[in-house]
Amino acid sequence: MSNTSYRDIAEQGLWQNNVAFVQLLGLCPLLAVSNNTINGLGLGLATLLVLLCSNLTVSLIRYWVRPEVRVPVFVMIIASFVTAIDLLMSAFMHDLHKILGIFIPLIVTNCAIIARAEAFASKNSPGYALWDGLMMGLGFMAVLVVLGALRELLGQGTLFDQAHLMFGSGAAWLTITLFDDYQGFLLAILPPGAFIGLGLLIAAKNWLDQSKRKRTEATLATSNPDPLRLHPDQS
Amino acid sequence: MIVRQILITGAILGGFAIIGSTLVAVTYEATEERIEQAHREALLRSLHELVPHERCDNDLYHDVIEVTDKALLGSHKPTRVYRARKSGEPVAALFTSIAPNGYGGAIKLLVAINYDGSLAGVRVLQHHETPGLGDDIEAQRSDWILSFNNHSLSTLSSEQWRVEKDGGVFDQFTGATITPRAIVKAVHHTLKYFQQHREMIFNTPSMPREVESRE
Repeated sequence: MSNTSYRDIAEQGLWQNNVAFVQLLGLCPLLAVSNNTINGLGLGLATLLVLLCSNLTVSLIRYWVRPEVRVPVFVMIIASFVTAIDLLMSAFMHDLHKILGIFIPLIVTNCAIIARAEAFASKNSPGYALWDGLMMGLGFMAVLVVLGALRELLGQGTLFDQAHLMFGSGAAWLTITLFDDYQGFLLAILPPGAFIGLGLLIAAKNWLDQSKRKRTEATLATSNPDPLRLHPDQS
Repeated sequence: MIVRQILITGAILGGFAIIGSTLVAVTYEATEERIEQAHREALLRSLHELVPHERCDNDLYHDVIEVTDKALLGSHKPTRVYRARKSGEPVAALFTSIAPNGYGGAIKLLVAINYDGSLAGVRVLQHHETPGLGDDIEAQRSDWILSFNNHSLSTLSSEQWRVEKDGGVFDQFTGATITPRAIVKAVHHTLKYFQQHREMIFNTPSMPREVESRE
């Protein structure tokens, strides 16, 4: 990857190659925990932190690890970081940790993390690897938060419910109740809501990409006088 | 030559295993106390919600015994009973009872019973009931759990200790009868257990410290 640039990496991680939208990795925690915004944000941050640490470490040691043992070494590194973060969360965000429960240790099995270690960090310098971890992690977290907000909004008519679990009791004002006396839309909070919600989000992303591509093709076609390069639709 | 390669590779793997374990060990050492403290604070908060500070002056967290009664306390495992006292006089007992037959499995309860046998309050500590239907048992979501307050075996007969559908006095929720039924039954059983064992509960010495730090 000689033509890697920070801008490309950011675009790849946040949009074009988004972990959850395009690679469809890490869906188990994504679907399970996205029933409200704060849970999504909590798991997203933990995953981001693990991804940063593991990408940086893997990149730093990329010349010392032999190919035969690289996967076990990567897994060990990831598992150690996850365990450490699990302990830290239990100590400093005890209530949120109780809610996220098993999904924090399960970050180990999020394929997105080992995929980034193997496909990117082990072949690039620490700066790029760290940036890639940050962008991939942010991309994943964004999907978690958006899906969480969507489900929370539809399901119980609030946003940032239980914000105090994450930011302390001073952050209770963050909770927004959008509809008073909202009866709730159960489907959105239950597992089917996660699948349908994610499906709709992916569809929305594809639609955006498609209309953008059409627009660029249209401008290319009008600015280009050569009839051979016209778009088939316009001939 | 091959042996040498294997040894080097093994050494690398072993080296990383040591580094990884060290990281985990150091973090564990650094956070152990804080986790223990957070755990204790969370527990004390829920205990004192039912028996406020004004009503007791003992160290609730350490004044605890374990009792086992499959039929009345819902589990073959030991159930913890925290004891609230003021100036040495018994005030209330807080049971970590289990309602084994919830819709989504066991529901962990905290049942606080005053020394005179009336309920100081009930809270749900952990459950897996359907969100939006069964989770009205949580105090943040509805007042239902407060309807137990002040009731006892003498204010209601055995027939009244049921949900309305079964001829008792407690509301069921629309679409969810199994959940309230399970909780009413568990609370009723805990009261019965308390009535039978009241003196034993307050007179048994606390468990030794090392045992109780393990959850």
